Amino acid sequence: MNSVPTQTETEEREMIEAIEAMLPRFAKHRSALIPILQAVQQEHGYLSGGAMERVAEYLEISPSEVYGVATFYNQFRFHPPGRHQIKVCLGTACHVAGGDIILENFERKLGIRAGETTPDREYSVERVACVGCCALAPVAIVDGTVLGHMQPSRVEGLFVQFQVEREREEREKAEREPGGEQDA
Amino acid sequence: MIRITVDGKEIQTEQGKTILQACLENGIYIPNLCFLETREQPRASCRLCFVETSDAERPVTACTETVRDGLDVRTNTEAVRRLQRTAFKLIMSAHHCTPKTCPVAKPCQLMRIARHIQVGLNPRPLETLERDVQEEVDLTFFTYYPFRCVMCGKCVDVCRDRNERNPLTFAKRGFDTVVTFFGSGASNLPCDDCGACVAVCPTGALIPKPPPSES
Ligand code: FES
Ligand code: FES
Repeated sequence: MNSVPTQTETEEREMIEAIEAMLPRFAKHRSALIPILQAVQQEHGYLSGGAMERVAEYLEISPSEVYGVATFYNQFRFHPPGRHQIKVCLGTACHVAGGDIILENFERKLGIRAGETTPDREYSVERVACVGCCALAPVAIVDGTVLGHMQPSRVEGLFVQFQVEREREEREKAEREPGGEQDA
Repeated sequence: MIRITVDGKEIQTEQGKTILQACLENGIYIPNLCFLETREQPRASCRLCFVETSDAERPVTACTETVRDGLDVRTNTEAVRRLQRTAFKLIMSAHHCTPKTCPVAKPCQLMRIARHIQVGLNPRPLETLERDVQEEVDLTFFTYYPFRCVMCGKCVDVCRDRNERNPLTFAKRGFDTVVTFFGSGASNLPCDDCGACVAVCPTGALIPKPPPSES
């Protein structure tokens, strides 16, 4: 119940409308539950509380049941993905090599838990199973790029990099916008 | 009416009953946590109700086996106790027992089982499992204490039986599993008049909230 994030109402409404439109494609039977949830997530990136309630209504089952099923599977997300998506591998090799420490580093740095998104929607952190490059364990995937031999210091470094990037973007934006501060 | 023998004593029961039901109704205690009379399909998840019978080579769970005339049941063999003790210790490794602050009337069911199978309330030699869950969770009409929950599922089952739109559910999985509600309709749930889940909880994991004071 408490893991459902607050979000702008318009976004939620649009999401529900889109779901409304696709629901008739599916049989009105409980066996369609997982396919529907998958379709919703594929289109919107995550399952919002309202979305799960709408699906429950359509299938004539309780919202609790939908929630119970959805939270059972690792594949479902309940928070919108962040602008930067961080995935930490906790497959066997990475686990043995201390992947959980890396995950904890990200979690502590961002003040969120695995599966969550920072309130400013900048970052989301997820745990994933073996991504197929065990020789590089422990592995993190940041915005699609595989980072091998992760270390706590590299986690720090990453955020410095993000920070620099953001500052550069802001500067460029300011330069482009007329009326923004400009160094003559 | 059919007759079965339990630990050398003959008892009468009816066709279709489970061994566990027959024994409990005749005042013979068999440890159990997840058995719910009203359930057609027993969950058989606590693994505490083992007995040996003349029908099977190995111990069986008494809540899943039905009686037949002439069945010979033994509830206290070495093999049975070994299984029960292991199951109990596994349960106790996740159930943090705090008798001083626990609101359940003592002896609680866990204490009763511990005494019956002659083990302590600690999980030793197993480790205590530190689950990554909240200390207490506000579920509107009652408070849920994940550390006391033994996942017997009785609350979820009675809720499903009583209420068409069963509000109570298990969520997540593995060591993260919790009992919870979901949905925006939580405030108009039938919980106020029902309370079946709280009544059926064997461990004090669901505790009703004190009624709102009239001040
Ligand atoms: S376990 Fe992490 S890449 Fe294989
Ligand atoms: S009562 Fe039989 S397994 Fe729990």
